Amino acid sequence: MDSSNGQPEKPVISPGVDRFFINVHTTFLFVARFFRELFRFPFETREFIRQCYMVGYKSLALISLTGFITGLVFTKQSRPSLSEFGATSWLPSLIAIAVIRALAPLVTALICAGKVGSSIGAELGSMRVTEQIDAMEVSAINPFKYLVVTRVLATTVCLPILMAYTALVGLLGSYLDVHVNEQTSITFFFLKAFSDITFLDLFASTFKAMAYGFTIGIVSCYQGYNASQGTQGVGKAANISVVISMFLIFIEEVIIVQVVNSIR
Amino acid sequence: MKQRNPEIDMNDVVISIRDLYKSFGSNHVLRGINLDVHKGENVVVLGRSGTGKSVLIKIIVGLLYPDAGTVNVLGKDVSALTEADLRELRMQVGFSFQSAALYDSMTVGENLAFPLRRNNKQISNDQVRRMVDIVLDAVGLSQAINQLPAELSGGQRKRIGIARTLILKPQIMLYDEPTAGLDPITCIEINNLINEVQRRFNTSSIIITHDLTCAKETGDSIAVMQEGQFVAQGSFDDVFRKENDLIQSFYQYNFIQ
Repeated sequence: MDSSNGQPEKPVISPGVDRFFINVHTTFLFVARFFRELFRFPFETREFIRQCYMVGYKSLALISLTGFITGLVFTKQSRPSLSEFGATSWLPSLIAIAVIRALAPLVTALICAGKVGSSIGAELGSMRVTEQIDAMEVSAINPFKYLVVTRVLATTVCLPILMAYTALVGLLGSYLDVHVNEQTSITFFFLKAFSDITFLDLFASTFKAMAYGFTIGIVSCYQGYNASQGTQGVGKAANISVVISMFLIFIEEVIIVQVVNSIR
Repeated sequence: MKQRNPEIDMNDVVISIRDLYKSFGSNHVLRGINLDVHKGENVVVLGRSGTGKSVLIKIIVGLLYPDAGTVNVLGKDVSALTEADLRELRMQVGFSFQSAALYDSMTVGENLAFPLRRNNKQISNDQVRRMVDIVLDAVGLSQAINQLPAELSGGQRKRIGIARTLILKPQIMLYDEPTAGLDPITCIEINNLINEVQRRFNTSSIIITHDLTCAKETGDSIAVMQEGQFVAQGSFDDVFRKENDLIQSFYQYNFIQ
């Protein structure tokens, strides 16, 4: 921070706190620009579909594995406690509530924050430091609309779909354990599992996944788009994208759970 | 040495810069720059690294904003343009980056087609292909159409970077260190290409360089920059007759005397 006469300006509070508030301000400007560009013609359909493929389809293998293991392990861990009360028949609905209300959105978001967030942060960061974003600007292309809007939209749209998929795979993992131990049929398992799931649960989870997707997209794009300091900046952008996304996801989880529980 | 382009129209100023100042914190990069570029003219801005040459052309194309002063490009004040008007203007101004700045994930053909498709939604695939072929032929790299930027040499990347700007048929070309990091033979090829672009596409150019050979071979006029100011402007001979330490040291340390 320097004034125009060349003398360093005195920080208002302290350099660190000042920098924090400046970052908050620029982030809000970035988010505001996203919404402004989102509704401005032309819409980047092809790039949006490409990004959906990258975010959604390319994450399926990892999501399948983690979702399945989450459901299976959670069932195995819950079984002994329920057995003590002879309540193992509650397992399907217990697991469904846990998976649909909390685990599926959270696991999907954390996996995507790691995989997609770091990838977006590194890609845009690398484009920034190698002047590819500047090259787009001077070619009369709007890089914000092409790179940022499409990616944020893709993560926002794909996260709820991935979340639903994770929930399904997680329940299948749970069914495997229940079937092995109780020889329950798949129809009965799913009927029992969804017996206690309400519309509010489905709506809240979908909303949560959208919020997490938006957070991952906007944080990663912001970090990558504003990267500096060469290759070191690219690594930093990828790393900070993941850390901040995960941090914000947990904060959002707490807030949304409080709001939903107050409605319930 | 380059013969002055007879096509230069001294009554038509395409870029006019007046009292331009730019600072980054306490670092005063540009300190009162004045420059005119006429239609058909190649102006070389010569100076040591870190003197603000690249900042100057980034202000011309609206990538940076000046602290004070005016930049008129094709009769428009760049700082006063709306986003849409600036985009319109940028279609008339080609910018060749020092690093070429090719899109890594696209082939050469896709790199060239990208700005064309983005700025002309109605254009057919045949027209795009024809334009790509024309500019690739102009830079002598028709065979590289399906290669990725990572598979190209430094000189080839610069040529493709120039081709990507030419595809929008700009009236003005801005070259940022076109010969930096290249071997002497490739430098000569790039210098010849800059002159060929000027002749074939009738462009006016600003060439940012610290390479005296490039300045001599491509410039119709030369402006020498030192500490954010022009210390000499004119033809190559006029400039290098001046008694200035920087100019003389440039001459002494180059082998073209």
